[in-house]
Amino acid sequence: MYGHDFPVPDDGPAGGLLDQVEAAEAALRAAAGRGRPGPEDGSTADTDPQDYFAALIDADQKIEPRDWMPEAYRKTLIRQIAQHAHSEIIGMQPEGNWISRAPSLKRKAILLAKVQDEAGHGLYLYAAAETLGVTRDELVEMLLSGRQKYSSIFNYPTLTWADVGAIGWLVDGAAIVNQVPLCRCSYGPYARAMIRVCKEESFHQRQGYEILYVLASGTPEQRTMAQDAVDRWWYPSLAMFGPPDGDSTHSQQSMAWKIKRFSNDELRQRFVDMCVQQAEVLGLRLPDPDLRWNESRQAYDYTQPDYAELMRVIAGDGPCNRQRITHRRRADADGAWVREAAAAYAAKRTAERTSDRATVLA
Amino acid sequence: MTVPRQGRAGWPLWEVFVRARRGLSHTHVGSLHAPDAELALRNARDLYTRRQEGVSIWVVPAQAITASSPDEKDAFFEPAADKVYRHPTFYPVPDGAAHL
Repeated sequence: MYGHDFPVPDDGPAGGLLDQVEAAEAALRAAAGRGRPGPEDGSTADTDPQDYFAALIDADQKIEPRDWMPEAYRKTLIRQIAQHAHSEIIGMQPEGNWISRAPSLKRKAILLAKVQDEAGHGLYLYAAAETLGVTRDELVEMLLSGRQKYSSIFNYPTLTWADVGAIGWLVDGAAIVNQVPLCRCSYGPYARAMIRVCKEESFHQRQGYEILYVLASGTPEQRTMAQDAVDRWWYPSLAMFGPPDGDSTHSQQSMAWKIKRFSNDELRQRFVDMCVQQAEVLGLRLPDPDLRWNESRQAYDYTQPDYAELMRVIAGDGPCNRQRITHRRRADADGAWVREAAAAYAAKRTAERTSDRATVLA
Repeated sequence: MTVPRQGRAGWPLWEVFVRARRGLSHTHVGSLHAPDAELALRNARDLYTRRQEGVSIWVVPAQAITASSPDEKDAFFEPAADKVYRHPTFYPVPDGAAHL
């Protein structure tokens, strides 16, 4: 029910997903082994670039940076990868909020490592976007000026320690469900970055799940805190998959280009179906009175998130939009002298080496 | 090295190659921005080997790399296409000939 090219995940919270990442990686190697489409003798010089692009997509081969590609394909990818990168960068803030107040040294070390990973994911993705001909400076500028968006989920506040657990379990869980199919994206650099990201995300999801598990098995107050976090993060997490299929503007063309492999609603359903059993193990309740198994669909019926709220948050009117972007701009401005000093030092060293060489030659 | 592109940060792009284990060759893992080679190495360590993915790192200024062709499909590699005799499987081995 998850699509023809994925094994059904049945071995625990992240095990199944990791297997799918491995499968995507194997598929990438297999496609590379099949070689390029075209005549046996390898002559492709006189092929029309448009036909060649279509043939590569048809044959499940990867498009690489210097291949010819339709301008709309390039633009779609730049937008999607950049917004994905921005989300990783802004996504450091809600959890960073708890680094100084993590309940133990172990939790603090884990959270630091996780937030550092998010920065790393942002950088892998920026590098992938740059292969399409956009510069890092342009990308950063588009985030700071608000011309490009980031995931709406990071505009919600982290009110308690349990929120760090809920983000790991639900937000990172939803992100993984979204991202595992992207490991098979037709654009090579994006697919390769996603394989790396997904492998690291599975640690994130498990550490969040473990935080909630410990709280849910703790004192009544801790249990209440865990339930409250799940209550607040459930619907925003469902909204992460985007508007329902009928309203999704970019989906069809992206599916045809094999950038996207499954529709928003398919992925959302898949996420719900995974979470139900995981919530049972936690002993926590998903805040949906209408959540029930549908025998005929072989899937859970569930209440849709409030898409009007999603649109408001995307438009800039969520609980933390202004705080997030203000913080990002300040961090960028505060770091300017470091970047300039490092560049000045590099320029000085280059000049010294050049004059040394000139002396030797003289 | 020529003067890097002066952007907001003025930091050039570096390509990163990592040797995963002793005995394997360095493999391209991605790229990053850094002001000089030394910081590029340090950034590469933090970005690409947070989980012990490597025992050795190379960083190369992206603009120092010369690539074979404007795309991955032109005639550059065609001379190899009709020389199957370069592969050992081209030659039938008579029955009974060992160690070939």
